[in-house]
Amino acid sequence: MPAKRIIPCLDVKEGKTVKGIRFEDIRDVGDPVEMGKRYSEEGADELVYLDITASHEKRKTLPELVRNIAANLNIPFTVGGGVSNLEDARVLLEAGADKISVNSAAVRSPDLIDEIARNYGSQFVTLAIDARQEEQGWHVYINGGRVETGKELFDWAREGQERGCGEILFTSMNHDGAKRGYALEALDELSQSLSIPVIASGGAGSREHFAELFTGTHVDAALAASVFHYQEIDIPQMKNYLNHQGIEVRL
Amino acid sequence: MKTVIIKYNAGNIRSVDFALKRLNMESEITDDHEKIRRADKVIFPGVGEAKSTMDHLRSQGLDRLILQLKQPVLGICLGMQLMCDESEERNASCLGIVPVRVRRFGGPVKVPHMGWSRITGLRSPLLEGVPEGSYVYFVHSYYVPDNQYSIATSSHGVSFSAAVQREHFYAVQFHPEKSGRTGERILKNFLSL
Repeated sequence: MPAKRIIPCLDVKEGKTVKGIRFEDIRDVGDPVEMGKRYSEEGADELVYLDITASHEKRKTLPELVRNIAANLNIPFTVGGGVSNLEDARVLLEAGADKISVNSAAVRSPDLIDEIARNYGSQFVTLAIDARQEEQGWHVYINGGRVETGKELFDWAREGQERGCGEILFTSMNHDGAKRGYALEALDELSQSLSIPVIASGGAGSREHFAELFTGTHVDAALAASVFHYQEIDIPQMKNYLNHQGIEVRL
Repeated sequence: MKTVIIKYNAGNIRSVDFALKRLNMESEITDDHEKIRRADKVIFPGVGEAKSTMDHLRSQGLDRLILQLKQPVLGICLGMQLMCDESEERNASCLGIVPVRVRRFGGPVKVPHMGWSRITGLRSPLLEGVPEGSYVYFVHSYYVPDNQYSIATSSHGVSFSAAVQREHFYAVQFHPEKSGRTGERILKNFLSL
């Protein structure tokens, strides 16, 4: 088993890093390339860049930014938010992205997952799923959590795996931004029922939340944004702490 | 000194070029036979599928060219698998430098093997100065079994060869261009062979 991965997520708008609290209230926290390098030097295992620029603007800005990141970073990174068809995926691959994540576009046309996997390999496509737990289970949402899809989390994740995605990035909308810990039960069920890696997202507020995630579930990686951006958690300190808890991390 | 990265129908070979440029090394991505033959060092990278990649290499005559090279050659990821005899991935017949059959991960482990794992049993100038047990970044669903040419081992459910060397042919299953400072050291070692 590889070491558990710690993945800072950087939301990017018009070439700059921002972080939304519960998808709204955006605050500017810096330059995406510089922030990525800083995280890499601190021991982040991977980065996710999520482009939240309006789609007609991003065709111009995103490939250039990705080239810049690829030229400067010596760890892997995923680019999300900019992929609605195979051509978008190709452009980002050629710009130097290691992986891309698909979310809303894959819900609208699931064949997109098969197409990207067939052309560029499963390792290149991560299926990002935003879901909210309601009375009848976990419901999948798209368009930044605004539109319900009628899909159920576990079914959709399995379908994604069968269609060829290499990884699942699951964000619990109930937990995102609340800083009270990850959606442990759902994450464990998800990671045990799939044969591909699962990245947990939504809810990190303290290093204890990472420890309980890795001891209490089988997930492979933890993603978080604001706790890193606002320096509430220091990555080297947290990795040492996780190591002391008997969790394998890259030090 | 000139390093050439063999261009073929594989994913993300740009990142290898970027990594060399970060080390201030001159490099070029090309499929020009003459340029490849004249280079001081040749890198054979790759992310993709074994069968179609071998078909592409054969159609370009790159398979024979690679086997004739006399300078140090570094295969990366799929590049390492293609240096073997054959692969379980659509039963591809490969270059035959390392006499083993590439296998698919199975059993309870997650596939692809994606993330940072330790490498041990390091023994080659390619890995000089890299501490035993260092973490490097892997992304692969198929693996090269341990064999007589292994110069590093890792494990994911099974023990497998993380790097091989046969004469001037070197190869790593992980991505040195994505493996932080450890990866940079390995690339530097290769460039100073």
